[in-house]
Amino acid sequence: MIPGILLQIIQTLVAILLAPLLLGWVNLCRAWLQGRRAPPLTQPYRVLKKLFHKDAVIAHTASPLFRFAPYMVFACMALAAGIVPTFANDLAFSPAADAIALVGVFALARVFLALAAMDIGTSFGTLGARREMLISFLAEPALLMVFFTASLISHSTALPTIVETLAHKEFVIYPSMAFAAVAFWMVSTAENARIPVDNPATHLELTMIHEAMILEYSARHLALIEWAVSLKLFTYSALGIALFVPWGIAARGDFAALPLAFLALTLKMVVGGATLSLLEATAAKVRLFRAPEFLGTAFMLAVLGMLTHFLLEV
Amino acid sequence: MIQLQPFAPHIRRGRIAAEALPAFAQVVKEEGGRLVALWGSDDHHLGAGYALHVTFITALGLVWISADLEAPAPAHPDLAGVFPQAERMQRANFDLLGIQATGAVDARKWLRHKAWNEDEFPLRRDYAARAADGQPPRAEFDAYPFIRVEGDGVHEIPVGPIHAGVIEPGHFRFSVVGERVLKLEQRLGYTHQGVEKRFDGLDIATGARLAGRVSGDSHSAYAWAYCMAVEQACGGEIPARAAWLRALFLEIERIANHLGDLGYLGNDVAFSFGFMQFWRIKEDWLRLCEKCFGHRYLFDCIVPGGVGVDLDDACRTQLAALTLAIDAEVRELKAVYDEHATLQDRFTHTGVVKPQMAARLGLTGLAGRASAQAWDARAQFPQAPYDQLDVNMATARRGDVLARAEVRFAEVHESLRLIREILGRLPAGAIRQPLAAVPGVCEGLGWVEGWRGEVLVAVRIDATGRLDRVHPHDPSWQNWPLLEVGVLGNIVPDFPLINKSFNLSYSGQDL
Repeated sequence: MIPGILLQIIQTLVAILLAPLLLGWVNLCRAWLQGRRAPPLTQPYRVLKKLFHKDAVIAHTASPLFRFAPYMVFACMALAAGIVPTFANDLAFSPAADAIALVGVFALARVFLALAAMDIGTSFGTLGARREMLISFLAEPALLMVFFTASLISHSTALPTIVETLAHKEFVIYPSMAFAAVAFWMVSTAENARIPVDNPATHLELTMIHEAMILEYSARHLALIEWAVSLKLFTYSALGIALFVPWGIAARGDFAALPLAFLALTLKMVVGGATLSLLEATAAKVRLFRAPEFLGTAFMLAVLGMLTHFLLEV
Repeated sequence: MIQLQPFAPHIRRGRIAAEALPAFAQVVKEEGGRLVALWGSDDHHLGAGYALHVTFITALGLVWISADLEAPAPAHPDLAGVFPQAERMQRANFDLLGIQATGAVDARKWLRHKAWNEDEFPLRRDYAARAADGQPPRAEFDAYPFIRVEGDGVHEIPVGPIHAGVIEPGHFRFSVVGERVLKLEQRLGYTHQGVEKRFDGLDIATGARLAGRVSGDSHSAYAWAYCMAVEQACGGEIPARAAWLRALFLEIERIANHLGDLGYLGNDVAFSFGFMQFWRIKEDWLRLCEKCFGHRYLFDCIVPGGVGVDLDDACRTQLAALTLAIDAEVRELKAVYDEHATLQDRFTHTGVVKPQMAARLGLTGLAGRASAQAWDARAQFPQAPYDQLDVNMATARRGDVLARAEVRFAEVHESLRLIREILGRLPAGAIRQPLAAVPGVCEGLGWVEGWRGEVLVAVRIDATGRLDRVHPHDPSWQNWPLLEVGVLGNIVPDFPLINKSFNLSYSGQDL
């Protein structure tokens, strides 16, 4: 139990501290692919530092909910980061929260952000909140379906059990997971407000989804949200790793494997971040009303994954 | 009914009674012409009242007619009923000069944003500058009634004048159901700087500098149009080499703007690769301009009487080499745009302005050519040196974002070709010649096909050789209302893309 708690704390801290680094890496790769000079790898940390040193400007019409939401969002993302095994499979929280709870935690953060966006009463906040809800209500079922495919294989919705089944038992190729992997990629671009569903770098307020919700935030509140955004990207990357390339995550009680597991995680994140930026560099943002088609395809692929499981793997 | 006198190449001039204006406009319309610009002047110091000036483009060229209006309450019959594009010009004319368009449907203010009082008209001769008496304008509630759309589930999205990006200020009022745009209404005038008032009394050389700064992205077009008008008024010829260099500057400007816009169109659909590549090419282009002519955007290269800088042989070689390199690169990038499925999906059928609508509302310039309005002064009414260059006009029929992008692509290649031709045939000789002495009160009208469309500058010089009345006209005047039409039925997040595909000037029409 004690090592479990210790590993849990270390892993959550690692996620919180290294998440901006992943975002920095993605931005670095993206700049390279676009043929321009890249910002330093540590740029997201500098932005956070800058924002924490500023005075917050808050609208007169803002209710306490508006101030509270960034803390809530950050807490949700930190909690989510703790649930997903990154380099150790021995997590003390794992019996308490499974994959379905994880979807719930993401949803909770989103609800708070959307409420805060509407709380302020600007047209862009409401616009962004409405679009975010449209995207999420299509993305969440697809994400759940991906989890169900993995759960059917491992007979559990607990993420450590899924990782254990896939990585530490006899090696088996699961065709269903290929479908699930594509679906997962599609969902995670939508959930993380990346191209082709949203554009994190845009200044065009009318096209924004996620950015429109946080337009009124500044200083420490914005810093927390930006940090939460990078944490969400980190958590989704960790989820992708845990579900589809879990090899290297240290098994329960295997402390000797921890250094190697950490190295494996770093490598996978480096490759994952580069792939994300490559896919983003070659894609353009789809028209907003194509996003439901995009996410519908993701849902269908996830369902196909489940069917494939019953056809080929049972 | 009206005698039109030849005034300058492709330009005719006439005077008309104000009551006869709508009938004359109707004739122009039936002949397939359109209204270009409308402005007024206060001629009290010349022993007259007020005057209204209107220019039309017809198959014969430009027609510039003026009508005397009686003081103290100058008015003329409404022209917006015949040419809808006149509406905002008439409203601006009232704000600046108090010239009323009787019978106009829309009589809201246009350029006045509480900077002066309702009963004051800055361009009138008797307008005492407020700076003199130190009185700020009266506090006033800014009542600007937007047209409301009523119905179940309709709501308004106010956007601007301050935007999230660093762009010019304009207010856009969307009436939407869900994401679908039912109506868009623009309110502009936030960048009104009193340019026309500033021209009053300037000397001719300083006026050229100011004219070039009316809309910075069209510097060469405005500077050339202004100089053309001044040279017409004074009756001077410019050296042949100067005319060819002016065309060179104009084409350089066209390419720089088109490259920038093509990059922005990619950026607005989050295709940053295209954005970065086009802007890299544009940057090479601008740097060479700075090296050869001393300014990235060629500011103050065109001066009254000729041009201010010459082109040496080293730069001529470099410029020719760069046009070839850019030709190849743009061709490659066009292939990338053409084969990108998502980008094409965003561009096609977005922001459609049908040819019939474009003709009825007077869409002009680049956006007009993308909606089958085949007008290009360089091809149809060429001034020197375009009369020797044989410009190929680029047109499209679909009138969507893609059509506007394709016209830009075609014009980039055509302008690159023109530049190579100009460089090859550039005549030798002087580049500047002093202007002839002013013969008395005289006037001129410059007409240049800028990258956005036709730029007009009307100039009147008084007997002492100072500027008396200058009116710069930007094609954005005609095209802004078409943006309101083009966005109908589209979804809100597509508006920035549609807006960018027109890329209209705020400062050029706010003045």
